[in-house]
Amino acid sequence: MALIGQDIAPPDLVAKITGRAKYAEDFRAEGMVFCKMLLSPMPHARVRRIDASKALRMEGVIDILTADDVPASEAPREPILSNEPLYEGAPILAVAAVDETTAAAAIEAIDVDLEPLPFVLDPLESLRPGGPDAHEQGNYASRGEWQSVKWTEQDFADAGNHMPRGEALMEWEKGDVEAAFAQADHIVEETIVHQSITHHPMEPRSTMAYWQNGKVYCHTSTQSVARTRVSLAGTLDMDPEDVVLVSEFCGGGFGSKIAGTTHMAVPALFSRKIGRPVMLRVTRYEENYIGRARPGFQCWVKMGVRTDGKVTAIDLFLVQDSGPHGASDWNTAGMIADLTYTPESMRFRAMPIYTNTPPKAAQRGPGGAQIISMLEPILDKAARAAGVDRLEMRLLNAPDADVTFGPNETTLTSVHAKEALRQGAALFGWAEKSALSGTRVGSKASGVGIGLSPYTAGSRGFDGLVLIKPDGKLYVHQGIGNLGTHSIADTARAAADVLGLEWDDVEVVWGNTAQQLPWSSVQAGSQTTHAHTRANHAAGLDAKRKCQEVAARALGGAADDYDVGGGRVFRRGRRGSGLTLAQVAERAIEYGGRFDGHELPESIHTVTTVAAGNLAGQGLLGVAKDEFGGEGAIYSWVVGFARVEVDLETGDVEVMDYTAVTDCGTVLHPRSLGAQVFGGSIQGMGMAMTQRWVFDPKWGVSFAKRFYTARPPGILDVPLDLKWGAVGIADPQSPVGAKGIGEPPVGAGAAAITTAVADALGGNCLCRTPLTPDVILADIEGRRGFGRLEQHVG
Amino acid sequence: MGTIRDMIAPFDFFQPATVDDALALLSEHGDDAWVLAGGLDSFDWFKDRIKRPKVVVDLGVIESLSAISESGDGLEIGAMASLTSIVNHARIRADYPLLTTAAEHVATPQIRNQGTLGGNVSQDTRCWYYRSGWPCYRAGGNTCYAAAPQAMNREHCILGASRCVAVSPSDTAPALFALDATMVVRHGRRERVIDAEDFFIGPSTDITRMTILEAGDLLTSIRIPAQWAGARVYYEKVRDRGSWDFALESVAAAFRMDGDMVADARVVVNGVAPYPVRLEAVERSIIGSRASEDLAIGAGEVAIQGVRSLRHNDYKVPMMRNLVKRAVRSVVA
Repeated sequence: MALIGQDIAPPDLVAKITGRAKYAEDFRAEGMVFCKMLLSPMPHARVRRIDASKALRMEGVIDILTADDVPASEAPREPILSNEPLYEGAPILAVAAVDETTAAAAIEAIDVDLEPLPFVLDPLESLRPGGPDAHEQGNYASRGEWQSVKWTEQDFADAGNHMPRGEALMEWEKGDVEAAFAQADHIVEETIVHQSITHHPMEPRSTMAYWQNGKVYCHTSTQSVARTRVSLAGTLDMDPEDVVLVSEFCGGGFGSKIAGTTHMAVPALFSRKIGRPVMLRVTRYEENYIGRARPGFQCWVKMGVRTDGKVTAIDLFLVQDSGPHGASDWNTAGMIADLTYTPESMRFRAMPIYTNTPPKAAQRGPGGAQIISMLEPILDKAARAAGVDRLEMRLLNAPDADVTFGPNETTLTSVHAKEALRQGAALFGWAEKSALSGTRVGSKASGVGIGLSPYTAGSRGFDGLVLIKPDGKLYVHQGIGNLGTHSIADTARAAADVLGLEWDDVEVVWGNTAQQLPWSSVQAGSQTTHAHTRANHAAGLDAKRKCQEVAARALGGAADDYDVGGGRVFRRGRRGSGLTLAQVAERAIEYGGRFDGHELPESIHTVTTVAAGNLAGQGLLGVAKDEFGGEGAIYSWVVGFARVEVDLETGDVEVMDYTAVTDCGTVLHPRSLGAQVFGGSIQGMGMAMTQRWVFDPKWGVSFAKRFYTARPPGILDVPLDLKWGAVGIADPQSPVGAKGIGEPPVGAGAAAITTAVADALGGNCLCRTPLTPDVILADIEGRRGFGRLEQHVG
Repeated sequence: MGTIRDMIAPFDFFQPATVDDALALLSEHGDDAWVLAGGLDSFDWFKDRIKRPKVVVDLGVIESLSAISESGDGLEIGAMASLTSIVNHARIRADYPLLTTAAEHVATPQIRNQGTLGGNVSQDTRCWYYRSGWPCYRAGGNTCYAAAPQAMNREHCILGASRCVAVSPSDTAPALFALDATMVVRHGRRERVIDAEDFFIGPSTDITRMTILEAGDLLTSIRIPAQWAGARVYYEKVRDRGSWDFALESVAAAFRMDGDMVADARVVVNGVAPYPVRLEAVERSIIGSRASEDLAIGAGEVAIQGVRSLRHNDYKVPMMRNLVKRAVRSVVA
């Protein structure tokens, strides 16, 4: 029986459950010292002078590392350390000492003379005439060209109660939007505020590094491995072969540690400077600042529909809080709006504007999760106006296989959003539960909601590397990371299935580049499942062919006379004949050449060539690039259904039940898939309901920097009644058929809540997140709440 | 000048075995000493290096302080009794379910296992300006950042402000008010028994403290008189995140009913002022009246007389009105 589709225990399970798994901060090296960083207390400042003399005289203090000691980076790129901090919490310098207590005391003894500079937290404030810019060079940069973008007083005055709209930096249009609105039967227009929120992985971005014989050894917390090594090598201006990167376990990243982290370079550079191993243990407090955040949006949107519910036109104008170093969420948001509602015409405008808030980065469903969370209640408003059932509204507007979307008329490899909607509606009981819509019991109003959320879910062209050793086992070398998604195990099964192996005969090699890892995708954008089932399938096919050829050479006949399975290469029709895989491995070593890796294909990446070359002679080597090809973007879908109760006297929202169904192609690992669907959905629910990002506007400093003030959701915040399902239709362009799943559940979970709350409130879309009791109660009671466009409040 | 958080600075650590030993240590070290109960408030301060006591006196090994025992016709709860032990205590649940429910609403199961009743009533405010180490009035400075025109103050007070606008974070305190509890405080050999209402002080009394406790004082137990045993009670806490949060507002109430008449009542709210607030005007408005929806609505309106909201906490006014209304509504037949 094929391994794909079965539940398995991943190889890292016991270590994690027993606590034996070693994360970056658990490592020690001979002579290791600790470093601490000095963070900027101001949102924007210039360092005039650093006086570390007192700190350097302290017993146990070894040295200081400043911006002058690290490779320079040109704004808006993020510096490793900086003399012009661009947000509160930006690292200015680091101190190394024999222990962490001494390093901390040394930081407190350092005087940094800072000149405060103008700062801005809200991109709309930066766009006002005379408004401050986040950088001294401006508030927007593209390819080294800086601008100080300002809208006119008139732009702000014309906006009325809506978001102001001036000249756009980014714009695309398909069809004739104005004409479409002129012909629309119903038009809804809203202004939206989606907050920024911190990533909050359980493990902060700690790193330990040391140097030996010209090589740097780095233990860090990262989502990827092969790609993080290359990234660190780039920062250190080194050959990747001289970087040994170890990250066997990563306590979550959600997009904040894709190819490592900016500050993993601090211990590496410090260690090079002082000649001793250096540990940087990042605290929760520091993680809040340097740990990345999802960019918030302020949007104006207009949606036109026909009487039957078909969306004919969308006009979306988006202002993004890009932080000091940028983010590309805005781009995805426009694409995903077009894909999800398939309007006949669409205009998309965006303003990604720098601010002096902590750095932004992709966060699980970047751009898509925010826009789906905010647009789904507006689709519902249009549905109410047209008198169309909300499920029908989505079935009518969701794309079919022939969809094209975005400015470049992107196509898809496969889409089964409508099947997911139908399957989800049945599992949730939409027909019965939607009858509860708006009903009251005492002060509690019921609401039901639907969120349909797509996201990219794959990529092509990476390498697979497997080895059958004389012990008869298949070793699958994985250059991807291990951040809790089981990808290292799940994608390995694509190679094992080609060879007809049992799971016990498969060893996964991962997490340490000294163990020879192939060129891989970054473990991000939900690419891994798709990209590395393909790559490992390709390597498996290569290994299989070589097994057949070895058997033919050893036993006579042609390669095609043989098949592989059950741990043997056998003559077709005679499963007991031929050679065991252990024997095949021995013969492969004996035959050498391409069989054992002494000759390698030219198509593979140089990183794989080096890794495979180092494995040569150890057994039968399967190595190949994914050349299966394909056309169109790879997207997965999740639809979430929620029922909530909103207490109209307190503003409290309780989630009563939730169901999610996904279209992510072939199901690799049901239990793991369920965990991803729920985990992402819960993250989305927190985004919609509780999680916040708060700054004092006068001082520019943040407050939601602890778990208890930032309020990410916990398992006690979700209902016991959680259900999930999968459409399970293979993607036809992949030999394995599987697509990724990490991203899309976030938008589904968030939008199921924003739509359900609006439904409970009689269709009143509050059009901001988080939907905390104060926001809801102030609206019900007509009390003064936050301003319609206010960002970073809560 | 560099700021370090999340690393506890060194201090001398004592674990006295008896109350007398603890008092002796507190007397010896005076203002340098910090009393440690469950640590959930203390460790936040220590980790942030904002409070740096020289001496920490941990009450964790004094067994007598976690006892829950009969006292006269009521109960005496040791200050170190864990919130979980209170939640699980059969007699408390039977006679004083208001306290059970209040304790159940504190934070998370793990925090309730570690947190104590004495700590819950003695904890400092969670105003994020103050907790971030800003030099505000409460921290000995000369301004209140949370009351500034642009300040982020949705969780701050609508009553009782006096330079400081922080609120009391305790979930159990309003229940103790409503049950007419008393606090037993030792200082050296002297023992004082203080009404719960007098235990909490506002910024107009002393802006640097939330309770009457001063250096050398030790809260040893909390007594619950029999007066409200078996009364009709109501508790509700509104919070942003269901699994783990301080209250935006809470209400605790106890009622003695004579048929459908309210014979006696206690109505207390928290999260609205720098201390829990007993609403005597509300009590007067309902005692002697037949419980009805109209009475509840009226009680809610009485509750909010004199409140004054800040820039971002106007919602607290209808929330307080509604919580008081719901408390009174709970005894409507």
